[in-house]
Amino acid sequence: MDNPLTPRSNDLGLTAAAKANKPIANQDAKSFFAQLQGFWVTLITMFKKVNTVQYPEVKEPTAERFHGRHQLNRYDDGLEKCIGCELCAWACPADAILVEGESNTEEERYSPGERYGKVYQINYLRCIFCGLCIEACPTRALTMTNEYELADDTRAKVIFEKEDLLAPLRAGQLQPPHPMEAGKTHIDYYLGNIKGGLNG
Amino acid sequence: MTPEQALLETEAPVEMITVVIDGFEVTVPKGTLVIRAAEKLGIQIPRFCDHPLLEPVGACRQCLVDIEINGRAFPKPQASCTIPVENNMIVKTQLTSPVAEKAQAGIMEFLLINHPLDCPVCDKGGECPLQNQAMSTGRPESRYEGVKRTFEKPIAISSQVLLDRERCVLCARCTRFSEQIAGDPFITLNDRGALQQVGIYENDPFESYYSGNTVQICPVGALTGTSYRFRARPFDLVSIDSACEHCASGCAMRTDIRRGKTLRRLAGDDSSVNEEWNCDKGRWAFKYLTSRERVTTPMIRGADGELHEASWPEAIAFAAVGLKGKRAGVLVGGRATVEDAYGYSKFARVALGTNDIDFRARPHSDEETSFLSGIALGLTTSYKDIDKADQVVLLGFEPEEESPIVFLRIYKQVRKRALAVLSDAPFASRGSVKLSAKLVTEISEISGLTSKSVILVGERLSEKTGALSSAVALAEKSGAKLAWIPRRAGERGAIASGAISTLLPGGRPVSDASARVDVAAAWSVDSLPSNPGRTTSEILLALSVKNLDAVVIGGVDPLDISNSALSQLLNSFVLSLEITHSAITAVADVVLPVAAVVEKSGSFQDWQGSSRVFEKAIADSLSRSDVRILSMLADEMGTPINLPTVAATAREISALGKWDGSAVKFESARSVKDLATGDKLNLTSWRLLLDLGTLQDGEANLAGTARTASAHISNSRAEKLGVKAGELISISTDFGSLELPVEISEMSDNEIWVPRNSIGSQVIAHLGFVSGQVSVAKA
Ligand code: SF4
Ligand code: SF4
Ligand code: SF4
Ligand code: SF4
Ligand code: FES
Repeated sequence: MDNPLTPRSNDLGLTAAAKANKPIANQDAKSFFAQLQGFWVTLITMFKKVNTVQYPEVKEPTAERFHGRHQLNRYDDGLEKCIGCELCAWACPADAILVEGESNTEEERYSPGERYGKVYQINYLRCIFCGLCIEACPTRALTMTNEYELADDTRAKVIFEKEDLLAPLRAGQLQPPHPMEAGKTHIDYYLGNIKGGLNG
Repeated sequence: MTPEQALLETEAPVEMITVVIDGFEVTVPKGTLVIRAAEKLGIQIPRFCDHPLLEPVGACRQCLVDIEINGRAFPKPQASCTIPVENNMIVKTQLTSPVAEKAQAGIMEFLLINHPLDCPVCDKGGECPLQNQAMSTGRPESRYEGVKRTFEKPIAISSQVLLDRERCVLCARCTRFSEQIAGDPFITLNDRGALQQVGIYENDPFESYYSGNTVQICPVGALTGTSYRFRARPFDLVSIDSACEHCASGCAMRTDIRRGKTLRRLAGDDSSVNEEWNCDKGRWAFKYLTSRERVTTPMIRGADGELHEASWPEAIAFAAVGLKGKRAGVLVGGRATVEDAYGYSKFARVALGTNDIDFRARPHSDEETSFLSGIALGLTTSYKDIDKADQVVLLGFEPEEESPIVFLRIYKQVRKRALAVLSDAPFASRGSVKLSAKLVTEISEISGLTSKSVILVGERLSEKTGALSSAVALAEKSGAKLAWIPRRAGERGAIASGAISTLLPGGRPVSDASARVDVAAAWSVDSLPSNPGRTTSEILLALSVKNLDAVVIGGVDPLDISNSALSQLLNSFVLSLEITHSAITAVADVVLPVAAVVEKSGSFQDWQGSSRVFEKAIADSLSRSDVRILSMLADEMGTPINLPTVAATAREISALGKWDGSAVKFESARSVKDLATGDKLNLTSWRLLLDLGTLQDGEANLAGTARTASAHISNSRAEKLGVKAGELISISTDFGSLELPVEISEMSDNEIWVPRNSIGSQVIAHLGFVSGQVSVAKA
């Protein structure tokens, strides 16, 4: 077989070509159009919108429901929603989450109610972004953001601690520990019956 | 026991009854409850209040089944946990009867109406019978839309037990336990109807030594332990069967580990020992190894007088130089495992060539040495004998304080059949009151014992000269069964391992040449030292006057022995094998770190002499058991003891076996009467279960339930001193003094009792002895 332009298909295949004993792509006009047809996709694409993104200089938003890094949410006054129940850790098929609970006290309160998550870690070398933890969370404390830049150069750096996962404080939110809103109970928090923030 | 006796002992054959449950026949002894008979077939009827060791109450109604006797059906489903089987009974459980199934689902719905269902913040979540049975027998959907009853949550019923009344299903397991098993009716069911709740008596705090069991048997998360609160979920934990290291009762335990740390301990299940219970010390005192500064590496005292970290080879070499060819003794402490004690025993004999070894880190006497070497190992009395006893005599022994499971066993019989209990205590302690014990002042006053009576002798009896001899004589005369119950878990095993000057392992007397040959052959050494060895106090004395040059100490608190023990060590070479830094490591020349119980395998011998084996709970711990370190050290000294692992040691112990020759003769001592005269009083003391013991370090919640120290004196003595109950008196000796509030008890005018090692009452440190004559005055 001296001609390099041999078709891949078996019908027009090598055996057929060999039987006919002539080169498959010859130099006549018909074959010129056949070649042009071959380049058609390339040609069209040259006039289409460019899809390549110059990552990391340019970053594109992900799909709205993309499963990215987790976030531990807060109530409107800044108290944490996580109650340290470990249900997320229990649900996780990859054993990526570690939670240790602790008691809230009147002097040191991180979440409404009796219990808060003292230690909260997610190991992103284990996480498969399935989102089962989000479904398990009884307080909607745990949700996922769209952030996907989670690579790093040591194992320790990809185990995210509670500080790394907690939602940033918005205006009007106060860094815990602080007491619950006056006169409100953990149930009011759960039902959303609190004012937006401690001061107003 | 001979076969004839065994035949006599067996009770009359029990009548057997055959019932049909869900179409299957099962034959069980008369009196068996339907729920148990079903269990025998593998049929599980849901339940909350039913507990095999508590009397049935039928409080929760979850176990309803359909029952028919002689063809006549009960009109309504019946509680299977309260009805004993009968002939011709046909039972249909939820598996075959739609009526039973519907009844159970209905009860579950009722239970859940007022249940908070706050599983995410509930410690029971994941191991909760209510969760499980709501899934297996409840309705899939709740129909209740009203407002649930709420209570303030949680309330602390003691510093270590929290009660969340919303979650309570009113099964009365906790209240029945307190009353029927522990004899502390401090929690009860108050109010009625929807407001019914578990509560405490207003004035009496829930100061039970057994409160942890109520946490363990509560079928929901209503009772939880403060220390374990929010610590973990069941799936985080690795559970290991273990044995309790706190006393000689010998409880089977379960240790739950999360990431290399003990998070909780539960009572294990051993019907011949602790049944399913344990005491709060065993359950909650496990933080001692993290509360003090841990010895993590070997350390050598340098020329600057400070301890410096060293490598293992360095430290071992240094220790070997300090010990080789020197006159050295060994102090083991009563907490060593059988294997470790054996290691110390073999090390003393083979590497140090001495019989100067003693495990008694406490006051002791020659009379006791003789008792331990001649009699203690031959005692076969067991918990079963207590179950069958016609009388129990307590000598120098407060079971509730010093061996709490022995107390539970006696209390069980006291409650069941008013078993008679005698005690030689100077006043009726709370334990004695619960046992309705009759107090006697002299052992010679005791009469009327039979071969079914049991005499329980505590380690404190040796503090009164001649008392042990009287106890032995009493047992011989009456044929009563004798038992020696030390306080610490390792003492009986230490005797069996030969960690005492007079005995080689297996109870072989040092004084017996053939016993020495026996052991020397097993150990492949030419000969063993035959000269009589020293006891703890003699070793300390010899060290202080330079008759000994060096000492190996493992796990001893010098203040348990005497107030001069520490200073007696100062002139010698001290090798300390320790878990945490202590008074001994502060003066030691070499400190070698050893493993705590959770980090090693091994075994203890309980007071009955039966082996309580435990495995390493923290799998990847690098700490080594004492015996492995001693073996390395012996190698370095050129006198190997060949005990490279705990397993190898256990094999060697069992290969060596017990001594079948004659035991040493017990040398009885004459009792000395030293009655207090004038204004002096006779001081007696014992340790309370929860006190300042080092193994209870770091557990503030547990310490919160310790009884407060007070001095007990008689009413007329208090009048003479001009003090009322609660006022302070000062108790003094030539050595020092202490001040305690007075508690008036019915006791002799010449007696005073104080706790031995409680807050404000450390008798050895403050008065210089544990019993003797003291002056008392109003403070
Ligand atoms: S997303 Fe899935 S794998 Fe990742 S932490 Fe959650 S449950 Fe685990
Ligand atoms: S994130 Fe949610 S599920 Fe996880 S521990 Fe916190 S509250 Fe529980
Ligand atoms: S006791 Fe606790 S775990 Fe059990 S059902 Fe109630 S709240 Fe849930
Ligand atoms: S506290 Fe627990 S054990 Fe006690 S009655 Fe309530 S549910 Fe039963
Ligand atoms: S288990 Fe039978 S009534 Fe509670």
